[in-house]
Amino acid sequence: MVNSGDAVVVSGLVVRRGRSEILRGVDARIPGGQVVGMLGPSGAGKTTLMRAIVGAQRTASGTIEVLGHPAGHRALRRRIGYMAQSSAVYDDLTVEQNLDYFRRVLGAPRADVDRVIAEVGLDTVRRSLVARLSGGQRSRVSLGIALLGTPRLLVLDEPTVGLDPVLREELWTLFARLAAAGTTLLVSSHVMDEARRCDRLLLVRDGRVIADDTPAGLLAATGAADHDEAFLRLVARGAGTHGRHAASGSEGAA
Amino acid sequence: MTPRLTLATTGRVLAQIRHDPRTIGLLLVVPALLVGLIAWIFDDTPVFAQVGPAMLGMFPFIVMFLVTSITTLRERRSGTLERLLTLPLGKGDFIGGYALAFGLLASLQAAVAVAWAVWVCGLEIEGSLGMLVLVAAVNGLLGTMLGLFASAFATTEFQVVQFMPVIVAPQVLLGGIFLARDQMPETLRVISDWLPLSYSIDALTLVTDGGDTGEVLRDVLIVAAFALAALVLAALTLRRRTR
Repeated sequence: MVNSGDAVVVSGLVVRRGRSEILRGVDARIPGGQVVGMLGPSGAGKTTLMRAIVGAQRTASGTIEVLGHPAGHRALRRRIGYMAQSSAVYDDLTVEQNLDYFRRVLGAPRADVDRVIAEVGLDTVRRSLVARLSGGQRSRVSLGIALLGTPRLLVLDEPTVGLDPVLREELWTLFARLAAAGTTLLVSSHVMDEARRCDRLLLVRDGRVIADDTPAGLLAATGAADHDEAFLRLVARGAGTHGRHAASGSEGAA
Repeated sequence: MTPRLTLATTGRVLAQIRHDPRTIGLLLVVPALLVGLIAWIFDDTPVFAQVGPAMLGMFPFIVMFLVTSITTLRERRSGTLERLLTLPLGKGDFIGGYALAFGLLASLQAAVAVAWAVWVCGLEIEGSLGMLVLVAAVNGLLGTMLGLFASAFATTEFQVVQFMPVIVAPQVLLGGIFLARDQMPETLRVISDWLPLSYSIDALTLVTDGGDTGEVLRDVLIVAAFALAALVLAALTLRRRTR
């Protein structure tokens, strides 16, 4: 039975690419209105799981329910904001033109462009070509596109990579504010110290979710001082109270 | 397909090109220059009168094929296509948006090349100039559609550029520019019946000689049908879910 408070319910998800199994039976729940961090080393399957949730990934078996619909359902296209790791923006358009095009595709109000530019702090470069922006600015354009139309679920693949500490802090504050307003956020990162900014954590390794807990709960259960150490202990422990299975076999590709 | 979304896409593609004036310049000037070169080479011979019209059809086809295949490959590689396909944009809106934007550019290019060929190079046209531009523009559209389709089978820009000779060269060779199609070996003539460029070259020659408008339109419709088929194939290569 699906808990109506869950924004995303993944069960038994398997994704194969060629002969390798990228996701090996993932079960996960993402409660609504929270910031859920997905942490794990690169190559663990974080991106694949996110792509599966937004309906861009072909899956071998298992089910994913997103906001009461199967993943990839037409009704979800207006309700999910997805920011991929590649910034997926048009280099030969200005910041404003990028946002305006995606706003039209979503059918969102015109005022959204200004709101989003303010939220991601790109006011000073709004008329610059994206090709001329720094890496961090580009990824904020991409984040801005994901925020258009005020989606109920935000799936953000490494949104803070390449940002300075001040900007990272600002974005995590923004995420908390969005969650307080009822948005569900799934945010991936391979920086463990971002874990403390999340309401819940999913630790992913080798195509499996090895822990699903609150940041404090994870520390308590592993007796670790920080989340890096908690992760290491979970891996060393193999199948623990939190883990479903010990990670084994070959490294999957991202 | 939603007109609002198709037009938004057309506007976006044109805005991208507007930021790249050099491409616009090349797009509009290069075919005219090449037509001029051919006219000069065959000065004092009747050759230009024979091959000139065919050239007017060939350039929009080649240029639009290249431009579209590379642009859409970039969309596939940069992740913008994947992003769009997670949003409420129809595949028809994506392809239609490109077709409109590049169709417009193809028409402009054709108009410039035709004007240059007729008024500067002295190409004599018995039929209507508008018809000539129409045939050339439909050729550009065909190139656009084939480019969209071909981009699905390339993973790098290098590969997609290699598709150009594969798709274009046989059509040019068999299209009746070098030798009238009815004088070719039977097998080659039959093959040329199945290549769209044969019909556009036929149409261009008809317009030049002041042939029957009905026949020209029949040829144009055949080329348009090929373009439509390529559009459907291109749409099939757009998948919301990928590996």
